[in-house]
Amino acid sequence: MAATKASKEQKYDRQLRLWGDHGQESLESAHVCLINATATGTEILKNLVLPGIGAFTIVDGHTVSGEDVGNNLNLIFWVLMVDPLDFNRAQAATELLQELNSDVSGNFVEESPNKLLDNNPEFFNRFTIVIGVQLPESTCLRLDSVLWSASVPFLVCKSYGLIGYMRLVVQEHSVIESHPDNALEDLRLNQPFAELKNHIQSYDLDSMDKKDHSHTPWIIIVAKHLERWLSEHNLQPPKNYKEKEAFRQFIREGIRKKENGVPEDEENFEEAIKNVNTALNPTKIPSTVEDLFNSEECNDVTSQTPSFWVMLRAVKEFALNEGNGSLPVRGTIPDMIADSQKFINLQNVYREKAMQDAAAVSKHVECLLQSIGKYIANRRCRCLGKNSSFLRVVRCRSLAEEYSVDTVNKDEITSSMDNPDSEMVFYLMLRSVDRFYQQHSRYPGKAKVYTALSLINVRLCIHPLCYDDCRYGAAEPHTVAAFLGGSAAQEAIKIISHQFVPFNNTFIYNAMSQTSATLQL
Amino acid sequence: GKYSRKVLKLKRNVVELFLMAVDGGHRDGGCDWDGRWNHVTKFLERPGPFTHPDFEPSTESLQFLLETCTVLVIGAGGLGCELLKDLALSGFRLIHVVDMDTIDLSNLNRQFLFRPKDVGRPKAEVAADFINSRIPGCKVVPHFKKIQDFDDSFYRQFHIIVCGLDSIIARRWMNGMLISLLSYEDGVLDPSSIIPLIDGGTEGFKGNARVVLPGMTACIDCTLELYPPQINFPMCTIASMPRLPEHCIEYARILQWPKDKPFGETSLDGDNPEHIQWVFERAQERAAQFNITGVTYRLTQGVVKRIIPAVASTNAVIAAACATEVFKIATSAYIPLNNYLVFNDVDGLYTYTFEAERKENCSACSQVPQDLQFPSSAKLQDVLEYLTENASLQMKSPAITTTLEGKNKTLYLQSVKSIEERTRPNLCKTLKELGLSDGQELAVADVTTPQTVLFKLNFTT
Repeated sequence: MAATKASKEQKYDRQLRLWGDHGQESLESAHVCLINATATGTEILKNLVLPGIGAFTIVDGHTVSGEDVGNNLNLIFWVLMVDPLDFNRAQAATELLQELNSDVSGNFVEESPNKLLDNNPEFFNRFTIVIGVQLPESTCLRLDSVLWSASVPFLVCKSYGLIGYMRLVVQEHSVIESHPDNALEDLRLNQPFAELKNHIQSYDLDSMDKKDHSHTPWIIIVAKHLERWLSEHNLQPPKNYKEKEAFRQFIREGIRKKENGVPEDEENFEEAIKNVNTALNPTKIPSTVEDLFNSEECNDVTSQTPSFWVMLRAVKEFALNEGNGSLPVRGTIPDMIADSQKFINLQNVYREKAMQDAAAVSKHVECLLQSIGKYIANRRCRCLGKNSSFLRVVRCRSLAEEYSVDTVNKDEITSSMDNPDSEMVFYLMLRSVDRFYQQHSRYPGKAKVYTALSLINVRLCIHPLCYDDCRYGAAEPHTVAAFLGGSAAQEAIKIISHQFVPFNNTFIYNAMSQTSATLQL
Repeated sequence: GKYSRKVLKLKRNVVELFLMAVDGGHRDGGCDWDGRWNHVTKFLERPGPFTHPDFEPSTESLQFLLETCTVLVIGAGGLGCELLKDLALSGFRLIHVVDMDTIDLSNLNRQFLFRPKDVGRPKAEVAADFINSRIPGCKVVPHFKKIQDFDDSFYRQFHIIVCGLDSIIARRWMNGMLISLLSYEDGVLDPSSIIPLIDGGTEGFKGNARVVLPGMTACIDCTLELYPPQINFPMCTIASMPRLPEHCIEYARILQWPKDKPFGETSLDGDNPEHIQWVFERAQERAAQFNITGVTYRLTQGVVKRIIPAVASTNAVIAAACATEVFKIATSAYIPLNNYLVFNDVDGLYTYTFEAERKENCSACSQVPQDLQFPSSAKLQDVLEYLTENASLQMKSPAITTTLEGKNKTLYLQSVKSIEERTRPNLCKTLKELGLSDGQELAVADVTTPQTVLFKLNFTT
């Protein structure tokens, strides 16, 4: 048992460094449903099996005949025997994907999704996420309706030639651990909390010996100079470029000089000067978080309220009370030139304050839970304090809303079309091709594209030269399937783990120009 | 709906592009391609159909792809496995793969051509076996070697080279090799000597893919500033002023290991759990001395091995983008990426495509001798530091030679101990003392390039 755990840690080491053991646990508890084991579908699932999702179920009623196998190279890849007998695509794909990772259990259902919805409408409710690939419009809308009511996230994927398409349908997806790339530091220099103030007070730069002076953390240096500046500028911190330059010069003057007047080499002061902008960032609640604080779910907490909102409300209560209008202190500081003791002591001031604030938030959580009669596992609260600036909620419209004539997002479509390079064109093309398929049970040839476009009531001025007679269907070149496979799998992992932020809500990839766009439709 | 009233003017070529896009994936075409869609460029005048301005991609180009086009994949790791699959499933049949590594358990979360039973075996060989046994007709030839083990005669045989490397040094070496294959006639580049280089890189949830046409587009070294130099902690921090758990780990690795020699004369092996455990324990002790928290086994391993986090998804995306470019170039049916794609899916999915520009005085591809401006009183040490620290050069351990009095003289060389000892005193001598004159040419060799780089000394005083 111990051996397996150790070898799993080794196997997953490179990804554990991204989403941690708790992220891995959520993956291993997940059950993913893939509808249609096409090239795109199997590529998506491969990128979920490899990192170790708990289980998958492939729903696919397609039987592949010998002729098709020759064209579907992807299946050749996943099928050990290239035997031109009829075989079920779901079963073949399941066996081969299963083989990629013995930790994962694979299942298949040889049934079309429509049939399943007819006979067992609650079939899909058991899944953590449902991924539908190369599905016709009507099936997508049916699934949308069922999954929306059941609050099961639905990811729709399509590859058409060199165009890839993804649509995420999830009512409300909350993220505590969004892991932003470039987060601003939370230093509180514009409003130092009591312990930080005392700590800064304990320094007297002028009386320090040379070694201590040049190994004082830049945070202290900036804080000290800021104190003096404020007293000389009517308590107004440097605001514009001119004032900040003056402030930098003011710090530079703090560098000790040698007997001959030449400044000493004090790298910590140089760091302070370089970091003036960072240091002077005002402490404030980000607008994303303010919006969350102002939403109904946060303010109207009942026993039905999901845990995330209870916790968010607790953070809001903290901000209104102990926080004096600010979020809990994050508790981390960047590395900086300093001797060990000074740095560790400063770091501990921030850390201890962060722990205090986190405890206060926990108390608010407890009170709220008591008042509504609920329970939340402690683990979920632990990272709340330090992530409070990064809380995110993603809400995607349903497909029904996107497709309905009354609620279609006209503004987004028409404003995108002002830009001739916009990927929105491909969205319209895909919709028209789908609508054509809906009516004719096949994909349009070139000459019929104009007809297809008219089906979604988009009139175009097209040069007549484009009407060559040419057969084409929904070709699925492997490299586009593979690109979507990676993209979709990671979005699914975000949904499952509640870490990192999913897209909202339509993603289009153009392999010809190697460009992409995210549209909110 | 209301919006249907609005007449949307679409450019003709956009509609045609879509139609081409949807039809382009079909292997047997069956479609009359209009000649004007063939973006034939002169550099593709290689054996194959590219000599014909009006070639038909539906017949000859696909034939070329299936029967003649030989592709080299460099690396059989995270990107390499994906690349091999992508190319094989796109119809490429003649593929070589080079990788000097063997399989490790930690590879299995993404390098899907390998299984637990393959741990310890050469990546190139296992990858080739897997593809060859799964795709009938596909012939992947493995090379369990370093890229530097091959010379120009090996690389010349390929139509396209695609890299999935994890080392900037190796990339630059490959870049230099392909530049060295270029031939010029009367100062004009011979297009048939160009071998396109598709380069992919990933790190966590970020990645990039680029197309390099050596001698024509920006090369790897033209954009060296895009790769910021790897930050190593200053020695004084590690030795006497640790603040982070990483500093404690580096102390154990750099200072304590050579001193204590815990496993005799064996050097530290990041893949040996016993070695890591030793470093971990020493690091914990040091951290305790300074009240530093956060030293874990996982962090220790990460620092010692310089581990970069990795997942299957990012590798799949970037390899797919690279393989698409290989396909485009091989079939000449579409304009290749021009020339750099950046990808990041931490927050939604973000891509950015731009044209990286050639650097006029690029040390790798500009063909002009690089300028070195120093006073004659500068020491050789100053020149050495410039070569390693300058953002556009970033050399690792340059070996500097010159011609003095008609004879070849090594001024400084680090990689051979005896020569290093002999030439070390030169570092403290001034350029004048070493007998160098204004305009003197210095030849510099380094792991970042297969050919020596020529520098011209310009005395400023």
